[in-house]
Amino acid sequence: MKNENLYKYILGIADNSLILGQRLGELTGHGPSLETDIACTNMSLDLFGQVRSYYQYAAKIAGDNRTEDDIAMLRKEREYVNVLLVEQPNTNFAYTMARQFLFDVYHLLFLQELQKSKDLTLSAIANKSIKEVSYHLRFSSDWIKRLGDGTEVSHQKMQDAIDGLWTYTDELFHQTEADIAMVSEVIGVDVTKLKEAYYNKVNAVLEESTLQIPESKWFQKGGKKGIHTEHLGYLLSDLQYMQRAYPNMEW
Amino acid sequence: MTTTEQNIDQILIPILEQVSDPEIPVLSIMDMGVVRTAVIENDIVKVQITPTYSGCPAMDVIGDDIKAALKAEGYKSEIELILAPAWTTDWITPRGRKALEDYGIAAPLSAEADISVLLEGKRLVKCTNCGSTNTRLVSQFGSTACKAQFQCDDCQEPFDYFKCLK
Repeated sequence: MKNENLYKYILGIADNSLILGQRLGELTGHGPSLETDIACTNMSLDLFGQVRSYYQYAAKIAGDNRTEDDIAMLRKEREYVNVLLVEQPNTNFAYTMARQFLFDVYHLLFLQELQKSKDLTLSAIANKSIKEVSYHLRFSSDWIKRLGDGTEVSHQKMQDAIDGLWTYTDELFHQTEADIAMVSEVIGVDVTKLKEAYYNKVNAVLEESTLQIPESKWFQKGGKKGIHTEHLGYLLSDLQYMQRAYPNMEW
Repeated sequence: MTTTEQNIDQILIPILEQVSDPEIPVLSIMDMGVVRTAVIENDIVKVQITPTYSGCPAMDVIGDDIKAALKAEGYKSEIELILAPAWTTDWITPRGRKALEDYGIAAPLSAEADISVLLEGKRLVKCTNCGSTNTRLVSQFGSTACKAQFQCDDCQEPFDYFKCLK
């Protein structure tokens, strides 16, 4: 493939949204209340919409017969390069919102930089997505505060969720080979430069929510290289079921 | 491509006005502002549409409906989905805003007012049933990506509010 680095770079962005969108979609009809159920599936829909734009572009760059659906549905587990954070399960609503918040803060900072990309398609997708992701961040921040600064039980559940997911945050700022190549071409975002702003924002919301900022300095990694936690395989078996059972089916 | 201007051939306007948003049937796609270009080149109508939200499931249907409406008038067409410049609620026409209100969906407020009702609990959205602004936010997300749920505390009517997108 001529533009292999760009192709891989796009998947690195899009896979995060696909897997997080799938996780949120699992709550369809299972949210803790009607309003939060609808909110999670609305966010899922936004993410899937963004994913389609990225995968359509990736399919065009690949230049063979592959389609957006092939990229989304027919890769093996090791070929997905999403961060570990987004594949973590919906353990309870505190986890779902903590995962969302920890990703949204990163996602918005990332898109603000991607807007400046020399690649006009990526910059247009970023520009479109920012409006949606700002709204996601407002929603998830709001829930961090409501649960963190809520009752004793809700506070404890949110603290457990933040403590449990904290170990996956550092990976957001690891660079892949495709990242480095794309940064040098002024197409990609240098994620290492987002780290300080990320933790400043996250810590400010946690403090406002009366939550402790975890002190652990040990972080999990691997997702960006295709080494995933046990949870991704189960998620993919759900996600891919229809295409595996009925190859090439279309809506 | 980066212009916010529309480029629509006059003779195509009446045809395109017949196509409505499948999720808000009272609203024509022209009043919604999603058609950015419609020009006739070599006997083919080239249409560019832009989504309200990235994941808007109505876009595929809108594309098909445009094709069908043009075909009924004897035109062949090609539909292209474009992302830039990104759609904004400012592109909804005054007639479109009125159609929304008549249908029971409150039209978007200004960006500042929008934030104050969605995040700070201000009571500014006008009830589509009785006109009171004694209304409260029920949920930041509604039945489609573009709407939030409200309820009127005077007449108790539950209704949708079309969120401001800029």
